[in-house]
This record gives sequence, C-alpha cells and structure tokens, in this order.
Amino acid sequence: MKIPILRLERILLVSIQVDLTDNDAMQFQSDLVEQVAEIEALGVAIDITALDVVDSYMARVINDTASMVRLLGAESVICGVQPFVALTLVEMGRDLLGADCAFNLGQGLEILRTRIATRGDTRLSEDENV
Amino acid sequence: MTSASFQPQQRPHHIDVAVNAEADIQAACRAARQLAETLEFSRTAAYHIATAASELAANLLFHGGGGWLHAHALFDPQTQEVLGLEVLALDHGPGIADIALALTEGYSTGKGLGCGLPGVKRLMDEFMIESTVGDGTCVKAIKWR
Repeated sequence: MKIPILRLERILLVSIQVDLTDNDAMQFQSDLVEQVAEIEALGVAIDITALDVVDSYMARVINDTASMVRLLGAESVICGVQPFVALTLVEMGRDLLGADCAFNLGQGLEILRTRIATRGDTRLSEDENV
Repeated sequence: MTSASFQPQQRPHHIDVAVNAEADIQAACRAARQLAETLEFSRTAAYHIATAASELAANLLFHGGGGWLHAHALFDPQTQEVLGLEVLALDHGPGIADIALALTEGYSTGKGLGCGLPGVKRLMDEFMIESTVGDGTCVKAIKWR
C-alpha cells in the first residue's frame, strides 16, 4: 500500500486512509523525508480524516512522521482527527498526537502558510509569483 | 438460543480472529467494532473496544508471535439482556516475566508508545492478565454496556 505524496507548490500533502503495516510505514516515511529534502518543502500536511480507529502504533507512526518532517526544517500539521479518535486517544492516557492539529485540510494549509510566513520564509510567495 | 431471542437478524455474538500477520490486526479491530455495534454499544464505547482490540491484536503479533483474538457478548442469564462484551487475547509466545512492568505507562519493549496494555486497561472496564514465561499469555478485558 503506497501512500501518494501530492505537491502543492512547496507544500506536500499526504492522506493516510488505511492502517499501515510496519513496512508500509517505513516506506512512507522514507518517501516523504526524501521528497521533503529534495524540494526543500516548507510544510507538510498529514490528513487522517479517513482513519476512524487510531491505535498507539498508528499514533506513533503519525507522530514520528510529523517529527521527522520538522527535523528537516519543514512545518508539519495533522489534519482531520476524528472526534472518536480524539476521545479514544485521550482516554488511552496520553496526548498521543504531539504535533499541531487542524480540523481539515483547508485549515491545515492555512496554519502552514501562516507559520511559514511568520518564520520569515518568503520562498512560498516567491514561488507563487513565478 | 439465547442470541436468537435477542436479535432476530441472527448476527453473530462472538468473533474469533487468528492474528498471524499485520493485516489481521485491522481485521480484528474491524470485527470487534462490528460486534460492539451489533450489541448496541454507544459509539464511544464501540471505538474504545475497537482500539483496545487493535492494541491487543498488535501485542499478539509483535510480542506473542501470533495468536487468537476472541470476543463475545455477556448475557444476563435471566433476562437475556446484553451486559457487556468480553475480549480475550491468547498466545503461546514467550510470556511476560514482569506483568507490573508491562502495565507501566511508558514502558515498551517494542515499537509502540508504551501505552498499549495500560491503554487497553483504561479503555475497558475490567482487565485481567495471566502469563506464564515460556508458555504464553492470556489477556481478558470486559466493557460493560
């Protein structure tokens, strides 16, 4: 199960729609970090709207992915955490998703853009003018 | 017999999933959620049960070397009313030497967040674990309706 990585200017979009096996997760993470490094992405939005059950393993994969992206220097945001996922994750005893979250992809992109702008990275707007 | 009077559609009131591959974890999770919905648990409870089943199935595979996830309804013997749902996870793996440690928040030997078993304990109402080193592990958890 390969997760497609979509490019929107200098922002990458990924949508996780099924539980990932160990191998899938590793493949996905290496694909993503490679592409982030390659295009020097400014931000990554990880959409998990389609996941209605997130166990501690999946939560860790999502968390790790967001951290890897941040380590490279890009902003990351997790979009579309379902209400029952939030309920269950917190009940499990931990704020598993340490990354920033947004209701949906649209809001996620807005957050990314604002954050990229505040850190003084103008490359995004430069790209848009090209 | 008991189930027939409870629900005319005759949907099963128990599930058995062999967990021997990563894909089975998702299957176990889905089956547990369906069962919880069949038994008319609240949506929140159904998601808690599904997540607990997913954690237990992952444990079966990654720590127990594969095993069985079984879940069934608990009925009131008199009224046939559904009282709860019991989930059992059985494996013949290496066993857990220190159960208290395995139940400690943040402790992990594998690739989780270290909140698998304690997470299940929080998500479900009753939680029991029996393990013999070299013989296997049995985890039993109940969610009351």
